[in-house]
Amino acid sequence: MMHDTPSTPSRYTVEDRAPRKLSSFLLRWESILVMMLAAVIIGNTLKSPYFLDPFNLADATYNFSEKAIMALVMALLILVREIDLSVAAILAVSSLAIGFMGDAGYGTIALVLTGLAVGTVCGAFNGFLVTRSGVPSIVITIGTMSLYRGITQVSLGDQALSTFPQSYLDLGQTYFIDWPPVPLSFFIFLLLACVFGVFLHKTAIGRQLFAIGANPVAARFSGIRVDRIRFALFTVSGLLAGLGAVLLTARIGVMRPNIGLGWELDIITMVILGGVAISGGVGTIGGVVLAVFVLGLSTFGLALMNVPGIVINVLLGLLLIISIAAPIVIRMITGKR
Amino acid sequence: MSVFLKYREWVLAAIIALMVTCISLYAPAFGTLDNATGVLNDTAFLFMMALAQMVVILTRGIDLSVAANLALTGMLTGIFNEIFPDLPAFVYVAVALTLGGGLGLINGTLIAWLRIPPIVVTLGTLAIFRGMIVVIGGGSQVNTSDMSASFVGFPKLGFLGLSSVFWIAAIVALLAWFFLSLTRAGRGLYAVGGNPVAARYCGISLPFQQVLAYAISGAVAGMSGYLWVARYGVAYVEIASGYELTVIAACVIGGVSIGGGVGTVAGTLLGALFVGVIVNALPVMQVSPFWQMLISGAVILTAVIINARAEGRGLKLILPEARRAAAQAKR
Repeated sequence: MMHDTPSTPSRYTVEDRAPRKLSSFLLRWESILVMMLAAVIIGNTLKSPYFLDPFNLADATYNFSEKAIMALVMALLILVREIDLSVAAILAVSSLAIGFMGDAGYGTIALVLTGLAVGTVCGAFNGFLVTRSGVPSIVITIGTMSLYRGITQVSLGDQALSTFPQSYLDLGQTYFIDWPPVPLSFFIFLLLACVFGVFLHKTAIGRQLFAIGANPVAARFSGIRVDRIRFALFTVSGLLAGLGAVLLTARIGVMRPNIGLGWELDIITMVILGGVAISGGVGTIGGVVLAVFVLGLSTFGLALMNVPGIVINVLLGLLLIISIAAPIVIRMITGKR
Repeated sequence: MSVFLKYREWVLAAIIALMVTCISLYAPAFGTLDNATGVLNDTAFLFMMALAQMVVILTRGIDLSVAANLALTGMLTGIFNEIFPDLPAFVYVAVALTLGGGLGLINGTLIAWLRIPPIVVTLGTLAIFRGMIVVIGGGSQVNTSDMSASFVGFPKLGFLGLSSVFWIAAIVALLAWFFLSLTRAGRGLYAVGGNPVAARYCGISLPFQQVLAYAISGAVAGMSGYLWVARYGVAYVEIASGYELTVIAACVIGGVSIGGGVGTVAGTLLGALFVGVIVNALPVMQVSPFWQMLISGAVILTAVIINARAEGRGLKLILPEARRAAAQAKR
């Protein structure tokens, strides 16, 4: 074997972008998600005449909008190689604060602001611990998850809070736009999806997130304020969990310590199915939004077919693993690495 | 500080001893031998599950499906018992080990062969295993009345006041110590977690180590499933729901590094004991059990932050000269 040095520069051709091929476009994660979404919609429409009813669809969005809002920021966290397992617990603490304020007779605006503020504080505490201690965020947020959920259990025990002004409950129980029927939570999700999409894909800080996810040390040496961004992301994660609490508490009208229990795993499933790599540096908001719809609409369709909730969980678990495994297997078979 | 690092297990043991002393002074009922055996019996499941989880975390992995595996295998073993009642208990243990190990093997294969991140795979199988309980069991429970005497009797057998579940946990701990310290495959787990690239160059197979780790984790979870169902006399969907996080917490308190390659059997056992003492002390101290989560959260955070402080944030100094120079500079 010869070790000749390249004598002519033409030995390598560096192109501005990868050549556009149909196969690479079709194998893009978002394309696969679009096909899955189409399959879900067509399959459900054929199966049930009630699926494409606007009011049914609007009510279906209630079941995933709060989670979807929290998934947007979780996507950014996972993109920078962090994770926040405490989001559902933050939601519970914020909901607790809203419940206490409601009991004390405060008005809607005070309740909303309390929920957002408490969520933000909890998120900032996560951010502070993660950036200051250097302990992996999965460990820190397992700890704060216990801590926050514990606060709600200590405060309420087996009691519940359910005194809320009607105007607050209306936030979660009436349509924000009457026709086509759009609930407030779904409207906020669409709005925030646009904000997050522009932020991640069109701004300099958004690009910095990809840099941090690809290599945090190199990003730091490039002058990116890695810890400040991490702290900000955890704080926003808390803020959106507080927003989730505002919407969820208004929708169900009661605060119990087990509110939103286990949601962190549902939210992470949305993000991973959305094509955000758990190892960081790869992902799009568009993918996460598509995954939200795939998961939300298939849950709704299966529920229309009277499939029990826990069986739906099995199918969604299978969907998660198969959708991640299938492209890898295809690549293995076709020999592309 | 280096003493703390080297003997961090002693520090944890001392903290537990101090805790037990204080609790006993406050509530004398806690300091009795009876209660001590009660705590050990109660924590036996956590001992086993935390050790199995440590094996996985050593490889830089995580197994979120252990509690779901426990519940599913418990249910399956319960159904097996309905079909084949009155077999000797060791048959049920073997069945549970095999079923649980099989489920773990699914995790391991997906992770090692397809190279899907462990958290993704086990998050998916968590939902699948938990849901399969309903699909297979039709949503019904298996109650004590459906179980044969040998099936239910085994976990209640005792020796020296400690239940057979505890003695099984003790055997698991001995095996874990032997496996992790004295066998090639066990040392390989530390190697692939500590430095996967270096391990590869040493000829240690990452896929083999991963499959092994998840199979062990699954087998132990499965066996715990049988013991759990037999001891508490019921198998249903919600058994041990959320238990995976308690197990991981025990590992973290015990000094297992989530970054892989660091962790000892003694540390993990102490971490589990720590959680067990707190859980059992609350009712004795007449503190509402609702405090349990808050306290364990605070403990996890304190433990990991103290650990991080002790390990220092600087780079590791390998050369003795550099270490000496650093020590002098500090003075």
